[in-house]
Amino acid sequence: MALFKKKQKFVPSGVDTTAEAAVTPDKAQPFVELGLKLEEYARIREILGRRPTSSELAMYSVMWSEHCSYKSSKIYLRQFGEKVTDEMKKDLMVGMGENAGVVDIGEGWAVTFKVESHNHPSYIEPFQGAATGVGGIVRDILTMGARPIAVMDQLRFGAPNDPDTARVVHGVVDGISFYGNCLGLPNIGGETVFDKVYQGNPLVNALSVGALRHEDLKLAKASNPGDLVILFGARTGADGIGGVSVLASETFDSTGPAKRPAVQVGDPFAEKVLIECCLELYHAQVVAGIQDLGGAGISCATSELASNGGAGMRVQLQKVLKRDESLTPEEILMSESQERMMGIVPKKDLKAFEAIVNKWEVEYSVIGEVIGEDRLYINWGEEEIVNVPPRTVAHDGPVYERPVAFPSYQDALNNDTVHSRGLYRANDNSSELAAQLVQIVSSPNQADKGWITNQYDRYVGGNTALAQPDDSGMVRVSEETGLGISIATDANGRYCYLDPYQGARLALAEAYRNVAVGGAKPMAVTNCLNFGSPENPEVMWQFKQATAGLADGCLELGIPVTGGNVSFYNQTGDVAIHPTPVVGVLGVIDNVARRIPSGWQDEGHNIYLLGVTKDELDGSVWSEVIHGHLGGRPPVVDLGFEKQLGDALAAASEQGLLASAHDLSEAGLAQALVECTLRFNMGARVWLNEISERDGVDRTCALFSESTGRVLVSVGREDDVKFVGLCEARGIPVLRIGVTDNSGQLEIQDIATWQLSDLRGAHEATLPELFG
Amino acid sequence: MTIKIGVVTFPGTLDDRDAQRAVRIAGAEAVPLWHADANLHKVDAVVLPGGFSYGDYLRCGAIAAQAPVTAEIVKAANGGLPVLGICNGFQVLVEAHLLPGGLIRNEKQHFICRDQRLRVENVNTPWTNQFTQNEEITIPLKNGEGGYIANPETLKRLEGEGLVAFRYLDSNPNGSMNDIAGLRNERGNVVGLMPHPEHAVEPGFGPDSSVAMKSGIDGLKFFTSVINSLVNA
Repeated sequence: MALFKKKQKFVPSGVDTTAEAAVTPDKAQPFVELGLKLEEYARIREILGRRPTSSELAMYSVMWSEHCSYKSSKIYLRQFGEKVTDEMKKDLMVGMGENAGVVDIGEGWAVTFKVESHNHPSYIEPFQGAATGVGGIVRDILTMGARPIAVMDQLRFGAPNDPDTARVVHGVVDGISFYGNCLGLPNIGGETVFDKVYQGNPLVNALSVGALRHEDLKLAKASNPGDLVILFGARTGADGIGGVSVLASETFDSTGPAKRPAVQVGDPFAEKVLIECCLELYHAQVVAGIQDLGGAGISCATSELASNGGAGMRVQLQKVLKRDESLTPEEILMSESQERMMGIVPKKDLKAFEAIVNKWEVEYSVIGEVIGEDRLYINWGEEEIVNVPPRTVAHDGPVYERPVAFPSYQDALNNDTVHSRGLYRANDNSSELAAQLVQIVSSPNQADKGWITNQYDRYVGGNTALAQPDDSGMVRVSEETGLGISIATDANGRYCYLDPYQGARLALAEAYRNVAVGGAKPMAVTNCLNFGSPENPEVMWQFKQATAGLADGCLELGIPVTGGNVSFYNQTGDVAIHPTPVVGVLGVIDNVARRIPSGWQDEGHNIYLLGVTKDELDGSVWSEVIHGHLGGRPPVVDLGFEKQLGDALAAASEQGLLASAHDLSEAGLAQALVECTLRFNMGARVWLNEISERDGVDRTCALFSESTGRVLVSVGREDDVKFVGLCEARGIPVLRIGVTDNSGQLEIQDIATWQLSDLRGAHEATLPELFG
Repeated sequence: MTIKIGVVTFPGTLDDRDAQRAVRIAGAEAVPLWHADANLHKVDAVVLPGGFSYGDYLRCGAIAAQAPVTAEIVKAANGGLPVLGICNGFQVLVEAHLLPGGLIRNEKQHFICRDQRLRVENVNTPWTNQFTQNEEITIPLKNGEGGYIANPETLKRLEGEGLVAFRYLDSNPNGSMNDIAGLRNERGNVVGLMPHPEHAVEPGFGPDSSVAMKSGIDGLKFFTSVINSLVNA
């Protein structure tokens, strides 16, 4: 085609070409500055049989970065694909390795969901970092052929009183609000945690979920020679150049240079138009393959499309539409400008493609074509600047088995328990226990998150069935039948620090339970694994333990991991964050009208506690807020019981026996009681003595223990006998601990009685006071 | 007869599918109207839904006010066509001078999404005739630039002539002058408001009500009102 004119003979031109590379083998190249190790550089030379051109070096360096290549995590991520049964795979339409996993939810519908980190950019430039985090994950979902239907965010900030925290909180929340609201995607929930371990390295994870008809599934591959390679959406600019390799591979160091220019800038309006445009392109069936441009930009999209499709590609880089004409070829290849997509379009469909992008006023340019040869050629005018096997860039990056070491502090940490310390319990002093309850539910991590979530649109789309502060977010997929999905995400960095293997299983158990209490059936798992430096053997041990815990846990529960993301180098100086594997569980519900509310709505209902309470306060909110302590071992997880509990809830829900259900986790029963009353302003009278008698625990444990496998439900009197019978038949410990009433009060017998308005004041005032 | 209600989509419009659903639930046919198409396709009424038309660059609603379809809407509105502007649609109506005043950044600078109580203060419009005078309703509010402003003379006229159609109850969410949530024009056919009636039309997906979670459908009367007035016209 006219895009490529062959140059007749070699003339040095200022651009580093393959011809020049062949004749200047000894030219010094800045591979170290680009984040490559000497061995990695040597391997590139070996693959190519010459030194790489500067463009090739840029491509390899960014694609072989930790962020893109998963070089330190790959050997551990494999187990998510190995520790599975055929039964677990039966509803999986696309597994790990694609942009996002795809799950068959029935009735011809499928959903795709994924969570990704944007931690480092969000510390440097919180607003744009968080905004483009949302934009990036939404494009991943769009790339699968799905209409994005919701977003969620998992946020971890430094200490609430640190002066820098407000900067990050305001920027991140504003960025998510700005971008997500403008995209028209309901924000249905998420997490917000404050802990000083995240002070110099906040975690900003973004999740998106999309729905598609089975036949609309798209894959990122270019397989048919002759198909056109079309770049469309926003123009390519100088933003985010090297963002992936520079930002994701380096740890923050206060003495380093300012890195602001490496952060991408987002335009949600452009993305909204791009979403509608892509969905119309899919509907017209004019794209054979599609890939979004995120980390590593054109380098990633061209090499992955070609490698996935088992084909090659010829690209004319001068055809790329630019915001800045002075961009060099290397910069164009590395640019992470947002809101761009690369489509593979059969020539016969070009006219139809053009009509649709023109309708949406989206700019595009044909930059190349697919070829049968296993080679990626990129030209700059007449000069050839890239000539590589695409697979070596996209998929055959280095794989490391990093050294692993049991942390030197671990035994001492585990031996430093709530008991060994003899931490004071106010069991004999009711007013002190009452004061602790208020102190806990108004502490920043336990306080109402409305100040954040009320800045996000949860209504748009008209399909939101559950959202914050409910345990999970739920959206309707089919308006005809009410078929819907729900998602909950969880991670407890404190537990993972005490025991990363159990900590990951605890996060899985909690997310599973949160989906179950909403009335949905858990189906699949995604994750975002936030850890310190993989070059630190103790961090690598945490990673190894957490991934094993998660994979083993999924096998026990019988639900597969469909995809995920790894974020390493989350640390300030040498101090790593707590290991924070965010686990997301996707559930399916046949009709969202059947969903279970998370709080009490009617008076005179009986309140039941399901599950057993143990003396498990190590790592708890109580140990943190009341005693400032972190040590010991996290609560025991029994995933077999979690499954049994989830099945019992599903059965009870199907029989219409549950008026509400709420999971017990952080801050235990105390937190759940307060949330259940405040959700719809319904009072209650509750007693603890039977918990203490049956389970042999003191009042501090009854209120604040974080034992797993527990749920608080309310049941109408007419359903009482049936409900208790159902629990007993299924081996679920069930105990009536109270009754709802219209008193406007929460009474916990022998401890205190609070006006709901006072509890609400305490629970809701904290974040506005800190950040309002 | 089937009442046809047009729902406009500008690039960046977000609540168009919600508004179409609301129209259908109320019993009318929803007709999509495209921003670049200067043609109202013989609809009986028009809804300008919420969103960020053209990215809300320049000023909210300012570019949409210049769109080909908007010119047709202005012409038809001046001839009496019922027009409802919701959120960004209200901003467009103000920018197109179909309603007076302006909308600025919320007082506290944050986008705010919450279930909002309103008082319906004018029921003599095609969009509010199914409400009772001073009826208190709850529908979702979600905006970043919903602070209503107008000069003293305009405010005096709006209050004096009873053109304030909706007023915020409880706390004013965005610093709007006189707690104004929405307006009607002199003729009554053009109504604009910041809160979102189309998000309170279907049990299970609206605001919480005293009856059950997310079961509030106070917004439905906007759409049944217009159908009622068109059927009886």
